[in-house]
Amino acid sequence: MGEMEQLRKEAESLKDQITAARKAVQDSTLQEAAAGITVVGRIQMKTRKTLRGHLAKIYAMHWSTDSKLCVSASQDGKLIVWDSVTTNKVNAIPLKSSWVMTCAYAPSGNLVACGGLDNMCSIYNLKGKDGNVKVMRELAAHTGYLSCCRFISDTEIITSSGDCTCILWDIETGTQKTVFAGHQGDCMSLAVAPDFKFFISGACDFTAKLWDIREGTCRQTFGGHESDVNAIGFFPNGNAVITGSDDATCKLFDLRADQELITYQDSSIMCGVTSLAPSMSGRLLLAGYDDFNVNIWDMLKAERVGKYMWKLYIPLENGRKVDPAEDSEGSSRVAVGTEH
Amino acid sequence: MPVINVDDLTDKDKAVMEVNQLKIEIKLERWLTSKCCEEIKEYIQAGVEEDTLVKGISEEKNPFKEKGGCVIC
Repeated sequence: MGEMEQLRKEAESLKDQITAARKAVQDSTLQEAAAGITVVGRIQMKTRKTLRGHLAKIYAMHWSTDSKLCVSASQDGKLIVWDSVTTNKVNAIPLKSSWVMTCAYAPSGNLVACGGLDNMCSIYNLKGKDGNVKVMRELAAHTGYLSCCRFISDTEIITSSGDCTCILWDIETGTQKTVFAGHQGDCMSLAVAPDFKFFISGACDFTAKLWDIREGTCRQTFGGHESDVNAIGFFPNGNAVITGSDDATCKLFDLRADQELITYQDSSIMCGVTSLAPSMSGRLLLAGYDDFNVNIWDMLKAERVGKYMWKLYIPLENGRKVDPAEDSEGSSRVAVGTEH
Repeated sequence: MPVINVDDLTDKDKAVMEVNQLKIEIKLERWLTSKCCEEIKEYIQAGVEEDTLVKGISEEKNPFKEKGGCVIC
């Protein structure tokens, strides 16, 4: 038997053992635990604000920790920082590369970052002395597109890439601290744990991985999806992971049981999930889909309790992707970006 | 932490990495799903009353409420 064949067989055997170990602790389901609970009433959401200004597809947005400001990135080559209450543009930052796919707001509110087909993560200082927003660092090392980035602090940021890796960067020196390798497909998104000790990544190898930021190791791998995992987020208490996939489902994985607890799916939903966010208590899951809808799920009962359809305003560009719906930590604002 | 250059890894390197990773994951101590489900349910129920997306919010408290009145330009 060749070496590769031997290694492949060993991997298969280990995977079977992990499956058995997971089954051994599977003494109950979330449906059973929630059997006595009534489904939440129908959720009606009302558009309160529309942030207008981008001239092309909006690919990403991220809330600031103050839940008022947010940053959005568009392929019109701009990063815009919005005051969501007044709808004013606080900053409009022109980008070197307009092929942007992701953006992030630092927890401090001092920095924003973005990146995309330029394979780089560019960091901008919003609080520069002369009031101008300038590029502070360009983090270059990925050999594939930048799919997502999230700040740990003003000095560290984690990026995920189409080169199948995630990287922890030292922003001051612009160098890589740790490369997180292991995914066998493009990394599509990442989320940092509420305690900042771990992060999770979703990839085109149909899995989600939990990484220890300081150790630089992968602790757990969650399979089950039948296609690319495009969106990922932590359940609010940090003990579970929510994924959204091109297989049209979302799944809830518990970190301590090391397995899936429930799948959010409906036979009428046949298009991929592009983004997701849980509500503050974790009772609701908002998920954005490729058909322009945001579906709202009761996370305990796995029933759809609302649907938010994005109405076409003035179409400026043909396109089909609905972009990230994101719910701010500790708040109840949902922002949906589209291509208008 | 050493920085790996992923492009330098051969197929065999990647296969060895995968096997080593699985050997780590096998050792995980796993909780009973009944305990995990209970915890999730309790966490949600403890917070759901304050969850604005579930319960709604009064117009006065809503920072996004429509502001009435005149605007002098």
